[in-house]
Amino acid sequence: MKKANHPLLGIHYVLMMVFIYLPILMIVIFSFNNTRLSGNWEGFTLDWYVSLFSNRYVMEALGNSLTVALVSTVVSTVLGTLAALSIRKWSRKGRAGLNGLLYLPVIIPDIIMGLSLLVLFSQMKIDPGKMTIIIAHITFSLSYVYVVVSARLANMGRQLEEAALDLGASRWQTFRHVTLPQISPGIIAGALIAFTLSLDDFMISFFVAGPSSTTLPIYIYGQVKRGVSPEINALCTLLIIVSVILILLAQYVLNRGRGQKKHKMLPM
Amino acid sequence: MLMIELIGIQKQFQGQDVVHPLSLSIKEGEFLTLLGPSGCGKTTILRMIAGFEQPTEGEIWLAGQQVTDVPPNKRDLNLVFQHYALFPHMTVEENIAFGLKMKKMPKSQIEERVEEAVTMTQLTPLKARYPHQLSGGQQQRVAIARAIANKPKVLLLDEPLGALDLQLRKNLQSELKHLQRALGITFVYVTHDQEEAMMLSDRIVILNGGKVEQIGTPREIYAAPKTLFAATFVGENNIFSSPEGLFAVRPEKISLAQADSASARKTGVIQDVQYFGNVHKLMVQLEHEPMRVTLALDLADDHTWQIGDVIGLNWEDKDQVVIGS
Repeated sequence: MKKANHPLLGIHYVLMMVFIYLPILMIVIFSFNNTRLSGNWEGFTLDWYVSLFSNRYVMEALGNSLTVALVSTVVSTVLGTLAALSIRKWSRKGRAGLNGLLYLPVIIPDIIMGLSLLVLFSQMKIDPGKMTIIIAHITFSLSYVYVVVSARLANMGRQLEEAALDLGASRWQTFRHVTLPQISPGIIAGALIAFTLSLDDFMISFFVAGPSSTTLPIYIYGQVKRGVSPEINALCTLLIIVSVILILLAQYVLNRGRGQKKHKMLPM
Repeated sequence: MLMIELIGIQKQFQGQDVVHPLSLSIKEGEFLTLLGPSGCGKTTILRMIAGFEQPTEGEIWLAGQQVTDVPPNKRDLNLVFQHYALFPHMTVEENIAFGLKMKKMPKSQIEERVEEAVTMTQLTPLKARYPHQLSGGQQQRVAIARAIANKPKVLLLDEPLGALDLQLRKNLQSELKHLQRALGITFVYVTHDQEEAMMLSDRIVILNGGKVEQIGTPREIYAAPKTLFAATFVGENNIFSSPEGLFAVRPEKISLAQADSASARKTGVIQDVQYFGNVHKLMVQLEHEPMRVTLALDLADDHTWQIGDVIGLNWEDKDQVVIGS
């Protein structure tokens, strides 16, 4: 049977895509525009990308961003995975409660997360800096890692581990040879998501950053106050590309790990 | 020699009896089947023997040793799971070698054992495949090969053929029986399929609602069911009530008689005729009683029966099996 496709549906689809992607497309296009005064197309250039990499402040912010993202990703991946593993031993009721608590940071508005962390750090007399940003990023990344890994664990069920035990494997051998290989796509995907979120986060970082710990998004925000420059467009374009690649990679790892099973989207 | 002894084992979940106190001895080399409808506790009993569930009360002995508190990885028996539980990230060969590797057996010996298991289950050409590249029947074989490679004292099988289609089931049933004879190890088999249980088992335990209804050889259970449940769950049966209580008569034990004659115990009207080739069955609605009787006639009967014919039914006293209420 042929699917009846109304022509209006096609138009709706195009309009929707324009609505979503036009702003991003503008930034990408103007990052190649051969003029400081954005507005008119003056020809193609890569100058802005070149000058970006010779800009000391940009490089410093990039360094900060990468340090924060790497450390917070490693810590939140380990903690999130351990949380997902240990919570399985809980009773159904306890699990539901703890699940809710671990999901919460996903739902709480960023501005509140940022503000509450700022209050906490100042109460504890911790100076704002890279450390505070890292701690802040761990708190929200952990939840995402937990969600992805525990979905993977639920998908795996208990039978494989029981089979391993039945065949004579110890608890550690079962974890090492059966559980870990089965959930590793979830762990990798969780880590990639955590890294992306950390790299892209502005709101929470803004509250807890200090003068010497400017990350890329904070740098961009600071620059934009003085008008949107083509360098900023170039920087944003690079951030978009990196984020998209990381998320696609996470998606790919998750789907491949699922093997023959049904395609599923990330719980985001 | 006794291989497994269950002494008064009992299982409760949240105060509910899932398995009522049960005592049972299983001999070495025996093929014993736990038979019953879903929810009768048969899988729970199997999981207690395997060590995945702890009995609330009672003891489990394996080959002369108490194993009630021994974890599953320390019990010298293997379970074939209902949905096989093959490791998806390992090849057929790696799956089969898994248990031996975990026990740190020398490599050459592992290879030998794997080879043996693979040959026995006819998996040699599929050794390098992954589970998702196999059909259901092949996966089933891998699950069995993986278990027998460990040379366990007992093999536990949880509805191992439940997910397969009828023809494949029939083939694998005879393969299983053959395998059990060749290996000589004790099989404890769980199924809800009474025909499968009859065909494979040395002894059958019929379970209903967590309670044992009857334990016996297939022949005993068919010829002399002790309870109403046993009488109707295994094979077809006609249950009559008399002032002395209930009794059962198998369809093939009922013979034809002249309607309303002295030699007819009952008279009725044929409601349906079913031809199976080797036998044909008549469904008869009794006169004066709200009951249908099934009788099975063999090839010697060449009468063409019509729906609506009135016939008399008879059977011998010795074929009346008295059952508990």
